[in-house]
Amino acid sequence: MSGVRVLVGTRKGAFILSSDGKREKWDVNGPFFAGWQIYHLKGSPADPNRIYASQTSDWFGQTMQRSNDGGRTWEAVGNKFAYEGVPGTHQWYDGTAHPWEFKRVWHLEPSLTDPDTVYAGVEDAALFRSNDGGQNWSELPGLRTHGSGPKWQPGAGGMCLHTIILDPTNAQRMYIAISAAGAFRTDDGGVTWKPINKGLVSKYIPDPTAEVGHCVHRIAMHNSRPNTLFMQKHWDVMRTDDHGDQWTRVSGNLPTDFGFVIDVHAHEPETIYVVPIKSDSEHFPLDGKLQVFRSRTGGNQWESLTKGLPQRDCYVNVLRDAMAVDALDRCGVYFGTTGGQVYASNDAGDSWNAVVRDLPPVVSVEVQTLSAP
Amino acid sequence: MIRVELPQHLRTLAGVGPEVTLDVPAPVTQRALLDAIEARYPMLRGTIRDYTTERRRAFLRFFACEEDLSHEPPDALLPERVVRGAEPFLIVGALAGG
Repeated sequence: MSGVRVLVGTRKGAFILSSDGKREKWDVNGPFFAGWQIYHLKGSPADPNRIYASQTSDWFGQTMQRSNDGGRTWEAVGNKFAYEGVPGTHQWYDGTAHPWEFKRVWHLEPSLTDPDTVYAGVEDAALFRSNDGGQNWSELPGLRTHGSGPKWQPGAGGMCLHTIILDPTNAQRMYIAISAAGAFRTDDGGVTWKPINKGLVSKYIPDPTAEVGHCVHRIAMHNSRPNTLFMQKHWDVMRTDDHGDQWTRVSGNLPTDFGFVIDVHAHEPETIYVVPIKSDSEHFPLDGKLQVFRSRTGGNQWESLTKGLPQRDCYVNVLRDAMAVDALDRCGVYFGTTGGQVYASNDAGDSWNAVVRDLPPVVSVEVQTLSAP
Repeated sequence: MIRVELPQHLRTLAGVGPEVTLDVPAPVTQRALLDAIEARYPMLRGTIRDYTTERRRAFLRFFACEEDLSHEPPDALLPERVVRGAEPFLIVGALAGG
């Protein structure tokens, strides 16, 4: 029988939630790396036993972990992230030039085909790759040095490269997103990059339609339509159907279009999910009611999904890497909150249950869909 | 043998107890000691001092013989009692955070 493994990164360790294909009863394992901030864990699509984790600490810096047995045991791997050449400067919050400094790994994206190849998105924003299972990391400097880097500026959470999307039909194409620089695409395997922010409008920057400077919170793609991307920007939910060359706002009837997460149904490429957050100054749900919104039309028309979610006195946030979907026949949807809950739906969002309620603040959620041995 | 006490998270990471002992060739400086720690426990590279700049991480402190050695130059000699193993070299996480 098939099953799922939910990988949860929190401010104080990692947790692995496991269930069979019904996704009704759960085993909770952890904390792994207790006391450390686990920004992200992700399994290799080519070998689900291979999982990478970003373990970080304000005291001890960045450490990387790798499991070869589905998260039962872990080993520390390489943690040297050195920018290529002289890193130069980007804009600081006050507009002054600030030296590029490595702080932490926000997001890991294993290769679709090779368990030993994995990409890392880091703060200060840059993209790294390892081809040896995480032992050694090399920057793909064409992104940071493509020309607009000195204009990039950190968002409130830091200048992080938080989204990496690999095109399953074109090994040379990759999308990334940076807060607060925007989205970028490479068509040559990461050698050169171009900003893909046309159509984004951000009132909080001097030129609202600038080529870079947009605070993109998250991008999602369905594997069957790699030219279509969905974006949760700081404000605005957007889509593109031409691999990022032009974006269109699809916030439609959302009660607020501020938020962090966005994801796509595993089998319906026009069904997307967001969790609206009240505003950029009040990072919690509207009126204390936690709602997932689903669009079955690729945006614009949205329905509120609340069954099983708290509808009063709820003031948590759902951070940008904290939503994922499984690939079982009835698509499962999962998200974690800063209040330590991980909610799961085994019916594509129609109803929700809290798998756990009292974890440390959840930073990231990923799902592995497992086949029976 | 030089005795070094590590903070809990680094003990867990390295899989060791509260104190480790190391042979460090003379002259025994802070830099030589950290080099020896990282050579014995490669998983600790980058966790005590920055990989690139080799500066002590801001939230760590180095104590020995009831003195704060955190701001000593990396090539200053360590106290004689540390060198002969009478006192441990303490790597301490600063009190901060929640």
